[in-house]
Amino acid sequence: MRWGESPPVGPARSIAVQIMTGGALLASTLDLLAFSPPGWGSALLAGLVKSVLIALGAFGLGLLIGIGGAYGKLYGGPVTRDLLAVYTTIVRAVPELVLILILYFALTSSINNLLLTLGFERIQISGFVAGIAVLGVVQGAYATEVLRGAILSVPSGQIEAARAMGMPPLMLAWRVTFPQMLAAAIPGLANLWLIATKDTALLAVVGYAELTLITRQAASTTKAFFTFFMAAGLLYLTISIFSTLLFSRLEAWARRGQVRPGSG
Amino acid sequence: MKFTTAIAAALLLATPVAAQEVKIGIAAEAYPPFASPDASGTWVGWEVDFINAVCAAGEMDCVITPVAWDGIIPSLTSGQIDVIMASMSITEERSKTIDFSGKYYNTPTVVVGPKGGDIAPTAEGLTGKIIGVQASTIHADYVQKYFAANAAEIKIYQTQDEANSDLAAGRIDATQADSIAMDAFLASETGMACCESKGAVADDPTILGLGVGAGVRKGDDALREKLNAAIAKVIADGTYDTITAKYFASSIYGG
Amino acid sequence: MPELPFQQSIATPEPTLTPGFWAPRRIVMAAIAVVLVLWCAISLNWSWLAVERYQVLILRGIWTTSWLLVVTMVLGMLLAIPLGLAQAAGPWWIAAPARAFCGLIRGTPLLLQLWLLYYGFGSLFPSIPWIRESAIWPILRQAWPYAVLALTLSVAGYSGEVMRGAFKGVPYGQLEAAKAMGMPRFTVFRRIWLPQALQRVLPTLGGETVLTLKATPLVATITVVDIYAVSSRIRQDTFVVYEPLLLLAIVYMAIAGVIVLLFRWLESRVPVKTA
Repeated sequence: MRWGESPPVGPARSIAVQIMTGGALLASTLDLLAFSPPGWGSALLAGLVKSVLIALGAFGLGLLIGIGGAYGKLYGGPVTRDLLAVYTTIVRAVPELVLILILYFALTSSINNLLLTLGFERIQISGFVAGIAVLGVVQGAYATEVLRGAILSVPSGQIEAARAMGMPPLMLAWRVTFPQMLAAAIPGLANLWLIATKDTALLAVVGYAELTLITRQAASTTKAFFTFFMAAGLLYLTISIFSTLLFSRLEAWARRGQVRPGSG
Repeated sequence: MKFTTAIAAALLLATPVAAQEVKIGIAAEAYPPFASPDASGTWVGWEVDFINAVCAAGEMDCVITPVAWDGIIPSLTSGQIDVIMASMSITEERSKTIDFSGKYYNTPTVVVGPKGGDIAPTAEGLTGKIIGVQASTIHADYVQKYFAANAAEIKIYQTQDEANSDLAAGRIDATQADSIAMDAFLASETGMACCESKGAVADDPTILGLGVGAGVRKGDDALREKLNAAIAKVIADGTYDTITAKYFASSIYGG
Repeated sequence: MPELPFQQSIATPEPTLTPGFWAPRRIVMAAIAVVLVLWCAISLNWSWLAVERYQVLILRGIWTTSWLLVVTMVLGMLLAIPLGLAQAAGPWWIAAPARAFCGLIRGTPLLLQLWLLYYGFGSLFPSIPWIRESAIWPILRQAWPYAVLALTLSVAGYSGEVMRGAFKGVPYGQLEAAKAMGMPRFTVFRRIWLPQALQRVLPTLGGETVLTLKATPLVATITVVDIYAVSSRIRQDTFVVYEPLLLLAIVYMAIAGVIVLLFRWLESRVPVKTA
């Protein structure tokens, strides 16, 4: 008898439980949130880890798609530009929830149909991978716009000079465009990261066991709706605050050595 | 060349289905006392025990996979799961899309409302009331068919638990659901304080179905026969009664 | 080009037909899109559209989504302007709570906020008996007030950030000059600061409106019947999986298109100073 898709049970989590059992259990509220069962604390944290992992995967995939999309929109042929425009327009106009539903079932179903017609076996695409794929596609559309704006902010004279010197395009991208584009892109990317962490909550609607779904399960089972939703809110807020701090440090590092814009 | 490498890499992330593995889909939303997650994330309940017993009897390598309830049939037809054992009733409508095994339990449907009051499980008794039901259930279909004309409003919830909460909060006047699930609610603190059962609704087998069965893809007769044999074995050798005794006072197999 | 008197006698060559938007590749893509739409219309299962009950529901759903969007954007902006102003110009003891509020809203998922408001507060009602006798109970009973509240707060949180940047971006010299002329503070705000701030961020506000539109499907989880809930209902009743979702996507794209056109028109009305 095996379990699919449920929170991990194993040596890693029991160590976490041991480390964290030092927390004081004051009121019945805290009892519910206790880290060891019958408290739901460790289940919530496991869900949080899953949410963050999916957000990381989706953000990364979105960045990859965004880099391709930004370069395509800026330097690609007219057909490429039009197709990318269609992609970004559709993804930015249709709600993520609808996209998640369409892609979650359509993607797995069409891949399986394709494999079956080609004579292969069905494959199981885990909720984790499907969630990352779907959210990554959504992130990619926004990342395209952010990165395109950031690349445009690099002074074109520098790129022209580098080209005139005969710099190969990859070296140009790595040495000239990328460092300067980073500073302009980071606020937009920070926003995208926060959107990614919050969009993982939508996967609760397709039944993937991330933080929001586990919160709802805990709230349903214990009837302590207020407690668990507040706890989940605090967890998301922690991620958000931590991420914001991290990104502002990142932005300061990326802006090092740049001319400060004049006060306006 | 790069394209095929990319495809190969993507497929590596998708694990191929092991030859004899059977994925049993249950609803990701808690449905006590049949299936609900406890604090450590393990699913417990009558239906979970029953699934374990059936898999043991049928010598199948089962993987229990929680899936969102309102996407559970598309999950089955698209191949993400192989069997649905999520307290899904056998109805004509559903039988057009999927096949069912024989039933493994059958319990009446009741209407639950606040204590006192004039609610009865009939169209007249629910005139002008707000009724709450869970989405994609036989109860939603029944209420739409029989009570929609009289009721003030029919609210559709994603889980029965949310409907129960709103009943306790006074946002809805009545809810219709399976009697055993409602017994569990009425035995809880909130349920005991607020509400009582108003009795069973008039039966309509075309909507309420012929009991709960396991769903398989259309045409997957081999798996269906295997499940039927395993279910029969579990009932015959008494495991069914042992499991039922843990949770309920009397048999839920039904007529 | 102004026509100078001596140019009338020179024959100007016929202007070549510039393709403009409809370059050949776009015509091909549009043709492919039309073929795709026709194929979808013919081969997919649209039988459920003919059912009158569903047609009524679909129209009702579109209406609900639309009024939710308009009401929450208006109320949210009404809240966002003081929030942005407080952060841009207020003393620390007003700016800090405003920032905390915006940070809270932007740091937690809308779905969670929605469930917290509806189910969280709903679970408190049984322990406060006098609520059921009060006059606001018929409103507290229904789901749409919570949806409106949650979406309004969400719009206020995000737009408050946007307005903060907008207020800060208006050149301070103008405000100083107005103050030097003796303009009352509220008139300065009404005539100079607010209009210019709004004009600056009109594109961003258009984006915010589209984002709010994309957030409205979440209200279906608290039983508000918007177009997403209608589509779910049709999918559950008929077991048709994708076609209602396609209809949903089309509806949302259409509404988003209307929003984009509306904001483009608004932006065109902003007087742009030509040098």
